[in-house]
Amino acid sequence: MFELLGIPPQALFGQLLLGLINGAFYALLSLGLAVIFGMLNVINFAHGAQYMMGAFGAWLLLKHFSVPYWAALVLVPLVVGALGVVIERLLLSRLYHLDHLYGLLLTFGLAVIFEGLARYIFGASGVTYDNPIPGGTNLGFMFLPWYRAWVVVFSLFVCLTTWFVIERTKLGSYLRAAVERPDLVQAMGINVPLMLTLTYGAGVALAALAGVLAAPIYSVTPKIGSEIIIVVFAVVVIGGMGSIMGSIVTGFGLGMIEGLTKVFYPQASNIVIFIVMAIVLILRPAGLFGTAK
Amino acid sequence: MKSETIIGLVLLALLLVAPAMIYPVFLMKVLCFALFASAFNLLIGYAGLLSFGHAMFFGSAAYIAGHTIKVWGWPTEIGLLAGMAVAAVLGLVVGLIAIRRQGIYFAMVTLALAQMVFFYAVQAPFTGGEDGIQAIPRRPVLGFIDITNDLTLYYVVLAIFLAGFLVIHRTIHSPFGQVLKAIRENEPRAISLGYRTDQYKLVAFVLSAALAGLAGATKAVVFTLASLTDIQWHMSGEVVLMTLVGGMGTVLGPSVGAAIIIAMQNYLKGLGEWVLVIQGLIFVLTVLVFRRGVVGELAALLARVRKPDDDGTKDAGTTAASPTPHH
Repeated sequence: MFELLGIPPQALFGQLLLGLINGAFYALLSLGLAVIFGMLNVINFAHGAQYMMGAFGAWLLLKHFSVPYWAALVLVPLVVGALGVVIERLLLSRLYHLDHLYGLLLTFGLAVIFEGLARYIFGASGVTYDNPIPGGTNLGFMFLPWYRAWVVVFSLFVCLTTWFVIERTKLGSYLRAAVERPDLVQAMGINVPLMLTLTYGAGVALAALAGVLAAPIYSVTPKIGSEIIIVVFAVVVIGGMGSIMGSIVTGFGLGMIEGLTKVFYPQASNIVIFIVMAIVLILRPAGLFGTAK
Repeated sequence: MKSETIIGLVLLALLLVAPAMIYPVFLMKVLCFALFASAFNLLIGYAGLLSFGHAMFFGSAAYIAGHTIKVWGWPTEIGLLAGMAVAAVLGLVVGLIAIRRQGIYFAMVTLALAQMVFFYAVQAPFTGGEDGIQAIPRRPVLGFIDITNDLTLYYVVLAIFLAGFLVIHRTIHSPFGQVLKAIRENEPRAISLGYRTDQYKLVAFVLSAALAGLAGATKAVVFTLASLTDIQWHMSGEVVLMTLVGGMGTVLGPSVGAAIIIAMQNYLKGLGEWVLVIQGLIFVLTVLVFRRGVVGELAALLARVRKPDDDGTKDAGTTAASPTPHH
């Protein structure tokens, strides 16, 4: 067996895989944030909380209704997405005429409520979700658990599908047009308020989907939402929210950087993304894929 | 102007006699957070900058004051100044990075940088990790004012609060403050008038960070404790909530908001996780129906009573933190 800079390859590739998985979640979440921000001009602070709800939702379904993982993968995003639709109709839609900051403040309040409720219901220490595809395969240079491989492949698939829908379909062209000129699109007879509602619902559903995917990997606690959302904000600042593909690439890339940092300088692994953010802001304030706005 | 002076003197008199009726430690907590929220309001209320990471200044100053006073044996007043100075330097660095983006990105950048400072505080040896810095001694202030007595300490904290509050009041009503408001209302126009808006924003950011640091350092002395709670993102959210509830862009609003939220936390202590839920609900309700906050709504009501023809709808929070500053 070869060694790289004194690091055994098992550790290196193991951490890279972990990084890839973290990156998959960063990509899924920053993608949803970017889609919501693009249409609604709202930074959805509750995105992390909705991710957390996805994870707890999967657990609840399994525990109390014996709904297996694969059904939860479909059901939970639908339910949490429907909740998103209600939030948009009842609350967010009242703030569109105001400054963007109010959308951020409102969704922050929602995030605090959801986290508080989760702590009340599930307790601060949270729950664990059994791995639906145990086992794995030895690739020679590392051990690859099946479930982790599934997460990477599936989230990549979801990311690319989202990109395809927005950039390459008729529906996507309406969305992109409504981002530029909502008034004109409305005048063409397209129901823009409905599009806003469904976009928010879809973005929230993406967050919940990420939550279901994460449930068997991480321990499910009320804190996971607020912890990941701050990192995802940094990812979004680094990538810029102008480009869907940019969010995906930045998400996976930063996950890998984080994984590598864990191998070579573990003390900094928590903060490396924030350091990258500071450097990007100094060199290229609009973000890697962003345009100044 | 005259009524403003009267209100100020009445409030001052109330603050001077308050410890006779209310537990001094509670009052000191309110004063520390009132200063913290007022410092935060300098940015959101007057420069239109939403910092979502102000806990980093509050918390790091608390750690620095705690460490210098406890481990290095510095006098209390020097420890407080040291905490404030470190917060100011941190504010300069963070400000230089964050000011490169506007609006919502500014909020996300400050939040992310604050999280970085939080992770540093978790790992750094001198902060004591989960335990924090405990039992920070209350050394005499200026060598002769014994602050082991809560009542004496209350008047010291009141003096610190008033000093910080006057600095903020002076800043808001100076030509510098006017330029900040111009930036808040219309940055491109301020730039076209020849103002280097980034420099103004940076100075406001450093000043706000330093005063937030003073508040955090004072809090560490009062509670003889500096811990991760002070530097966590929840703390950043709390100061936003206090300012929002009291009234963004009003002089007294943040202090009123701090008093309301601290009192609420105190009375609802037994409810555990529900406190968090209630705070979130207040957040949502305030944003939806109560954007001017307590003081902002009162001032609008007063203005309506005085001038019935001007119904004050123009400043009903249509832009960021836009209620016209009331005094």
